[in-house]
Amino acid sequence: MADIKVNNLNLWYSDFQALISVKAHFAEKKITAMIGPSGCGKSTLLRVFNRMNDLVEGVRIKGEVVIDEQDILSDKTDLVQLRKKVGMVFQRPNPFPLSIYENIVFGQRVHAEGLTRVKLDEVVEDSLRSVLLWDELKDKLKRSALTLSLEQKQRLCIARLIAVKPEILLMDEPCSTLDPQATSRIEELMRELKNNYTIIIVTHNMQQAARVSEETGFMLLGELVEFSKTQDIFTNPKDRRTEDYITGRYG
Amino acid sequence: MLRHLDEELKELHKDILRMAVFAQESIFKSIESLKNRDKYLAQDVISADNKIDELELAIDEKCIDLIARYQPMAGDLRYIATGMKINAELERIADIAVDIAQRSQELMEKPLLKPLVDIPKLSQVSQSMVRDVIDAFIKRDAQLARKVVLADAEADRLRNLVQDELINEYLARDIKTADRAVALLLIARYLERICDHTTNIAEDVIYMVEAKVVKHHPEELK
Repeated sequence: MADIKVNNLNLWYSDFQALISVKAHFAEKKITAMIGPSGCGKSTLLRVFNRMNDLVEGVRIKGEVVIDEQDILSDKTDLVQLRKKVGMVFQRPNPFPLSIYENIVFGQRVHAEGLTRVKLDEVVEDSLRSVLLWDELKDKLKRSALTLSLEQKQRLCIARLIAVKPEILLMDEPCSTLDPQATSRIEELMRELKNNYTIIIVTHNMQQAARVSEETGFMLLGELVEFSKTQDIFTNPKDRRTEDYITGRYG
Repeated sequence: MLRHLDEELKELHKDILRMAVFAQESIFKSIESLKNRDKYLAQDVISADNKIDELELAIDEKCIDLIARYQPMAGDLRYIATGMKINAELERIADIAVDIAQRSQELMEKPLLKPLVDIPKLSQVSQSMVRDVIDAFIKRDAQLARKVVLADAEADRLRNLVQDELINEYLARDIKTADRAVALLLIARYLERICDHTTNIAEDVIYMVEAKVVKHHPEELK
């Protein structure tokens, strides 16, 4: 099951506690949005799910994060496999300085060596189709990915993830560098993708969280204050702090 | 580009139309029960009220949800705001149909006071107003909505006719038939109220389509 169960999760950056006793269940094949002011811990939480915080010096993590019945915080976790299963889309699209084609098959070359050209071609087509880029780019696959527009680059980065068949897509402010039209097209893409993937999006843009997600978590100062159906969060939040934040009274 | 909100609005539109169909059915059945002295039909109207109430709540919740989640603007906002008001008017219309059905049940217990002439006429006016206003809502036709507003005068005229006849010919003459006369008087009053609610819907439709407020501003109707 591609859901994520988080239990009593605490995280420190040296002396600073960035996550405090977080408990949540991220449902399979749904879009869950994480909102909250800067520094509330939402990106930190996202990065726990594919163990990206491991790269930060002085980080300590306690608690349990279960994906596919396995506690991914355990030392035994195969990080390459975990990051294949749990892919991340970043704020600024980050294609490799390679061709469009090579960007997409990059993961295939890491995870599954010795694939035939025909098989790779198939992966490229399938991945580009699923991010609705195939028709635009099918004749330009050899072109450098750096020549694409920002929106196309972000789509390409999502295609690159999809190529290795993940189960969970983490998106950290995936639209913050895009204009409103491109944002709305990426949101449509997310709605398409959730039929096959569990998606967790961290966003500063509350309207985006409201529009696109089915469940929403509100974080403040490292705590998960409220986690509920998006409709409930935005029409009838249970916690005063959530209400203050979404109505713009916070601070 | 078709937005996700458009799909949600389509669903809302379908629900409001379902509400309109339920309200129309209730009026039709309540009047038929009165004309044919059919207690089963009257009971049908009373029983249907629960599902109409449920749908009203569901539509309201949907509208609040859309406002909270999509921050609709301009035409979208007017559509949703109007949808909420039309929803409430339709629910009131269905409630009034229940009142008619109840009076109709009471009247069945006793012999016919008089052949019904103007009440069926009034019911026809109200049903055709409701039909037209729903049509105007579906087609976003402000002209048709204006016609509905203007048709309300005929409903008032018929209601007065029924009222005068019942007071002068029955209530003033024979106290023993007062209960039946009052029941018929109330039914005429209910039908006229249905027309008033329908007029409100028509005014809302004009606002939705043209962003023009004609409520309390009859000069704007021209």
